[in-house]
Amino acid sequence: MSPERFSNRVLPPFSRMLQLTRPNKADAIAFVILAALALLVFRGAEGTVQPLATLHLEPVTLDPAWLPYYALRTVMRMFAALVASTVFTLIVATAAARSRHAGQLIVPALDILQSVPILGFLTFTVTFFMGLFPGNVLGVELAAIFAIFTSQAWNMAFSFYQSLRSIPADLEEVAQGFHLSPIRRFLKLDLPFATPALVWNAMMSMSGGWFFVVAAEAITVGNTTVTLPGIGSWLAIAIEKQDFRAIGMAVGMMAVVILIYDQLFFRPIVAWADRFRFEQTASGDGPQSWAYDLLRRTRLLPLALAPLQAIGRLLLLAFDRVVTAPKPKREISDNPWIERLYRALVFAALLAAVWFSARYVLASLGLRDIGEAFGLATLTMLRVIILIALASIVWVPIGVWIGLHPVWAERLQPVAQFLAAFPANVLFPFAVIVIVHWNLSPDIWLSPLMILGTQWYILFNIIAGASAIPNDLREVADMFGVRGWQWWRQVALPGVFPYYVTGALTASGGSWNASIVAEAVSWGNRRLEAHGLGTYIAKATAAGDYPRVALGIAVMSMFVLGFNRLVWRPMYAFAERRLRLA
Amino acid sequence: MATLAPARPLVEIQSLRHFYGAPPGGHLVLDDVNMTLVENEVVGLLGRSGSGKSTLLRSIAGLIRPREGEVRFLPNEDCLDPSVAMVFQTFALFPWLTVLQNVELGLEAQKVPADERRTRALAAIDLIGLDGFENAYPKELSGGMRQRVGLARALVVNPSLLLMDEPFSALDVLTAETLRSDLLDLWSEGRMPIKSILIVTHNIEEAVLMCDRILVFSSNPGRVVAEIKVDLPQPRDRLDPSFRALVDDIYARMTARATAAQATRDGLFPGTGTAMVLPPKVSTNSLAGLIEEVDAAPFEGRASMAELADSLQLEADELFPMAETLQLLRFAELRGAEMILTPLARRYAQGDVDQRKAIFAQALLAHVPLAQHIRRILDERSSHSCPARRFRDELEDHMSPDYADETLRTVTHWGRYAEVFTYDEDADQFSLDNPE
Repeated sequence: MSPERFSNRVLPPFSRMLQLTRPNKADAIAFVILAALALLVFRGAEGTVQPLATLHLEPVTLDPAWLPYYALRTVMRMFAALVASTVFTLIVATAAARSRHAGQLIVPALDILQSVPILGFLTFTVTFFMGLFPGNVLGVELAAIFAIFTSQAWNMAFSFYQSLRSIPADLEEVAQGFHLSPIRRFLKLDLPFATPALVWNAMMSMSGGWFFVVAAEAITVGNTTVTLPGIGSWLAIAIEKQDFRAIGMAVGMMAVVILIYDQLFFRPIVAWADRFRFEQTASGDGPQSWAYDLLRRTRLLPLALAPLQAIGRLLLLAFDRVVTAPKPKREISDNPWIERLYRALVFAALLAAVWFSARYVLASLGLRDIGEAFGLATLTMLRVIILIALASIVWVPIGVWIGLHPVWAERLQPVAQFLAAFPANVLFPFAVIVIVHWNLSPDIWLSPLMILGTQWYILFNIIAGASAIPNDLREVADMFGVRGWQWWRQVALPGVFPYYVTGALTASGGSWNASIVAEAVSWGNRRLEAHGLGTYIAKATAAGDYPRVALGIAVMSMFVLGFNRLVWRPMYAFAERRLRLA
Repeated sequence: MATLAPARPLVEIQSLRHFYGAPPGGHLVLDDVNMTLVENEVVGLLGRSGSGKSTLLRSIAGLIRPREGEVRFLPNEDCLDPSVAMVFQTFALFPWLTVLQNVELGLEAQKVPADERRTRALAAIDLIGLDGFENAYPKELSGGMRQRVGLARALVVNPSLLLMDEPFSALDVLTAETLRSDLLDLWSEGRMPIKSILIVTHNIEEAVLMCDRILVFSSNPGRVVAEIKVDLPQPRDRLDPSFRALVDDIYARMTARATAAQATRDGLFPGTGTAMVLPPKVSTNSLAGLIEEVDAAPFEGRASMAELADSLQLEADELFPMAETLQLLRFAELRGAEMILTPLARRYAQGDVDQRKAIFAQALLAHVPLAQHIRRILDERSSHSCPARRFRDELEDHMSPDYADETLRTVTHWGRYAEVFTYDEDADQFSLDNPE
């Protein structure tokens, strides 16, 4: 470890610092990078506030010169969504953890929202946001950003909430004993404690976001079609024009973009967040990042940030004066009547919501439609189950092998994560060509597309699980010559099971979501459709048939929720009870 | 030094009661606690786990608002607003803050200006001997050093009362001893800003070593059952006969209480009959070990609790539940500060595995009503099996779910060892037949 890791530089007074600080080489490099980034941001932001007509005047073309610009616009959308998700998470999850009443409402809501198919939202939100900024691109931009936001916010908030709930009691008592004000408590205890999990989740969410950005940029709702400049639109046009070269270029561009923001954004953050990991013993080297090291070596950056810090401190002081630390309450619950009234209100609101949505759907649809939706959902569920089983059979043995060989695990873990980040829908056209060429049944052969992007969650969770199997257990197995099926049954499978459940849960949720784009795929004027709820929702969206979209979303949410409750949750409980090490 | 000036009261605690859980059926943890802390004294709270001493400490710290009664701080001329600070068993350091930042935490919350904050924090770090470690992170420190940081963090806010919650029990013996004597030195030299120390412990020797006054707590519910003044001059010597006599005396008092409880009720554990709360984590292995130890050479069937604790490296907190279990099973009698094995236990000590199991089974069925009850139900049923849920529900009528769970786990462990019945975790049911 480098010596400056321990340095605790105290900022000297501002004037003295100006004399002492001379820029070094790191400053120069950091300046170039930061200036370039700032330029790009301004360039990209220009395009978001144009009148809507510009989209028709300067349509998205397959001109390679424009591709970097499109990539920039897409990435900016994704980061805007990430910022929104983070703000949402910090506010909502903290409220849920701090207030019992808010928690009773927010936690189940997040649970349900997590299982609602994200692409289904698009139909409703596009109309809404376009209405907010009539005639401006900004409305459509916001709709696309919101679509990405919905794929990130819920699970980030959920993870943050769970972190806050697992803060050790003694640290809570220290905060309480010193009468830290709520804002200080949040900054000193809550936020640092939850940061590592939040960063990890934000990375995963960013990966998930790619999948939806591709679908959210070229939006067709009823007879409105909007094409925002971006990689997603580029792909949509390339598919329409059957241009292989363009698709290849988009794939390459995406890989480059993912690599850049991983190096410049996530790696530095992961390296920085390592200090917040809650461990009382020093472990080996933490994650490394050249960009982070560079920023730490700069001399001028702390200087530039000093005024910001000062403003932050002033705000903190002002805020502190307004809100003071709460006194501990007696443990007697509030007036039971208020409690009952609150529950009754929540229940009534819920009932009203169900009633209005049911009336909306039933106004134009009959029981037969509902039956149809359930039938199609069963078909999709069958696909999800079979695909998860197949992916497990393939990836569990491979993942275990990789996990048990640390050298390979180190090399392949990032690859698996990259593959999970890669939007699989880019590859769909190839599947269409194959299916059409061999004249295969879409009902069967379109299915693998659902799991194309999500199977990696199983793989890298298994790798993590296998590398976590304690060495002494493996040595015991070796010593007694345990091998073959017995080894799998008694050593490997129980060892990776808890990790497998996490991976499979994510993969199955992702597959449900993906079904909306994977069950109905096109290439030029060729259109392939498999029977299933995904196709049902996709077709209803394209036709602007709102009641059917609502019905489809509701049925899919119910299936996902039921699946989680009846399959994954019991498996979690089992893993927790029987297979926990120590 | 407690005799220099007329002792001024610092904190007064009046008829404090506290429950956990919902008001009507709540579990009573503290019952009618009255005490006064005066300046210039070190007071020890001694008792088992579950005697509510930590709850009392947290009530004084203002972390818990007790259901009934009050904690009153008495202001006086040189200390207008008495404050408290606490040192934790687990250190409770923020791993993402350096030693200096951890120590500054309380000052920052009080909005002390940055310069003064730094000076005071550095002085506190200096005082507890961590010079040079200001910018280390807690994970880089040893356990003893971490607790020093915890101590500095508490001292830097100038509390008038220092609360310590088993501050040395997570440390190894050697480190604990050093830290203890360093703390006592600082205290007797008057170098700490504090007026008085309240320390929770279950280590009797530690209490006698450090305290001017010891309050002994009973458990379930927690009450003050004895108050012992320690007049030995500091520094105290563990081998001093009067020191040993005092330790023995406290053991005797704690034992006497257990014996008295047995005389008045039919069990020394709270609750009666099948609803008796059994002590958690008393394994048959350690029971056998304890019997063997007392049966063997130096003791020959009769041992003083203090010596036993010494030779087995057990704290009172661990020894008492085991001793009382032996008493419950009629394997031992507790008389004064002594434990005397019954002839049954001496037979047990000499027996082989099967004989031991037979003796244990007999004692279990004769003296533990819950074991008897489970066995009877299993005998009556033609399937010879019964879901554990049923017994858990029965227990929960009389005690909190946690206690019910622990009690059932203890009886399961004893029943399995004695081969009185067996339990299948997957099916969550008791049965008579063994696997195979």
